[in-house]
Amino acid sequence: MSTYTLRAKHRRSTLRTLAFLAPWLIGFTVFFAYPLLSTVYFSFMHYDGFKPPAWTGTKNWTYVFEHYPFFWPALRNTLWLVVIMVTLRVAFGLGVGLLITKIKTGTGVFRTLFYLPYLAPPVAATMAFAFLLNPGTGPVNSLLEKAGLPTPGWFNDPTWSKPALTLLALWGIGDLMVIFMAALLDVPKEQYEAAELDGATPWQRFRYVTLPNISPIVMFAVVTGVIQTMQYYTQPLIAGKVASGVIQGAGTQFEPGYPDKSTLTLPQLVYNLGFQRFDYGSACVVALVLFALSMAFTALLMRRKGGLITAGDR
Amino acid sequence: MTQLLDRPLDLKAPPSPAERTAHRRALLEWTAIHSLGIAAALFFTLPFVFVFLTSLMSDSQALSRDLIPHTWEWDNYRRVFDTPGFLTWWRNTLFYAFLGTALTVVSSIPVAYALAKFRFRGRNLALMLVISMMMLPPQVVIIPMYLFWAKQLDLSGTLWPLIIPMAFGDAFSIFLLRQFLTTIPDEYLDAARVDGCGELRTLLKVVLPMAKPGIAAVALFQFFYAWNDYFGPQIYASESPGAWTLSYGLESFKGAHHTDWNLTMAATVLVMAPVILVFFFAQKAFVEGVTLTGVKG
Repeated sequence: MSTYTLRAKHRRSTLRTLAFLAPWLIGFTVFFAYPLLSTVYFSFMHYDGFKPPAWTGTKNWTYVFEHYPFFWPALRNTLWLVVIMVTLRVAFGLGVGLLITKIKTGTGVFRTLFYLPYLAPPVAATMAFAFLLNPGTGPVNSLLEKAGLPTPGWFNDPTWSKPALTLLALWGIGDLMVIFMAALLDVPKEQYEAAELDGATPWQRFRYVTLPNISPIVMFAVVTGVIQTMQYYTQPLIAGKVASGVIQGAGTQFEPGYPDKSTLTLPQLVYNLGFQRFDYGSACVVALVLFALSMAFTALLMRRKGGLITAGDR
Repeated sequence: MTQLLDRPLDLKAPPSPAERTAHRRALLEWTAIHSLGIAAALFFTLPFVFVFLTSLMSDSQALSRDLIPHTWEWDNYRRVFDTPGFLTWWRNTLFYAFLGTALTVVSSIPVAYALAKFRFRGRNLALMLVISMMMLPPQVVIIPMYLFWAKQLDLSGTLWPLIIPMAFGDAFSIFLLRQFLTTIPDEYLDAARVDGCGELRTLLKVVLPMAKPGIAAVALFQFFYAWNDYFGPQIYASESPGAWTLSYGLESFKGAHHTDWNLTMAATVLVMAPVILVFFFAQKAFVEGVTLTGVKG
């Protein structure tokens, strides 16, 4: 084959690849690369949407880090959610996954029941929990009272609002349950049999057979959990709005984070700065912080041995 | 003699003490695990039950701490449908969900196919960018995106800023489809190529029929995404109630019916129900999809 036809062939295959990738290449440029660069640009501009953008240097950055009262509480809440909510979700997901693999009677029914809450639309699920955990009329507190237990203020009490959100997150454990279930069923049976012959207790079997086998999945669940926490928006916002009684359209503006900034998360700050205060520049600063955090954890996920990319290649 | 008579007469050996404890332990374990299962099932289902029961209470009873309705007010559901806007939100949600899903599937398939089956320079980089886009919170680029749609194209107050981007591939769908397509053996594609099929025909005639479960999973996820989306409609549609979706409108429902938890819960049930119905019809495809994203280790 002459070099000419080879080159033509190569060019044709490049064109073909480009044609197949075209939708995404356009989408990537218009809806990702360009707005990301604009976000960097606007973070150095004063812009309220009316007067043309004006250069302000690092003023937006110092404002967000030093004077904006919501930034550090939101970051602290994110840390709380990463340490406590993500950990509990992974532990609970593993627990429910283990339980479902042990259930021998009615497995299908149990699995469906355990999975369903994950599907509940976030706004609807949060409204439901705001009702269930309503300190005055909610069924949870009336049951707790009947049992002679303390009745927390849940979404109306700054110390209980994040635990209440955690409860909501544990309710929707279905995604992790399915992932852990698949991983647990993949653990080679012979290893359990060998352990049993050696006289291992159930705990030792879990510790020395199950855990090492599923540790990549545990890692995956932790990192994706952290990334999801960076995106945590709808649930804390709706919970705060419903509990505070301030709802859209009433002419009043909702100060996010009710009660007492305890449900603030970083994505809410972008909305607060950009769409309530019309300070697009400072909103872009928070957006970039969010970008840096998400990308750092995504890099961690991609570096994982046998990570996302090779998965399925086998 | 007496010793002999004392023995049971059947020839089967009696269960040894060890066997008996093993049997008893197995029974005990079965009971413990299933009790735990029932306790967990209560945790997962009781919220649905309480929401549903409250949705049937009378206005005055919904203010009390009662758990079970005295009278079953099915009329509450009619009152929800009579609420101004509720039917419009339904229509908008279906429009957004169906059109968005169709556009996503059509635009994501060729991209996923190229990433799964073509060899080209920069393939891993492209895949890494897809994953990065998938992991990025939508708030990161929302300011320039909003300015683009609202100030340059004057499309705020509609759902188009949410639907149009779906015609250009969705990162999560591309990733999930790509995972699925890599499991299809290359031999099938080679056979089609030997028969003289071009890449497009190979994709349409050979790959698509085999990729049906993957496509179904992607379509379901995207449908649910649109159905559940709150942030998107909040940014682009909040100013015109005629463009609201159910997920966005539900919240204002609580505002309009201040303390009427019964009506708010009836509306909540109506927002949850379609998703759960769809799940029951497509359970297999859905669970498969979740496992695919979960990645085998």
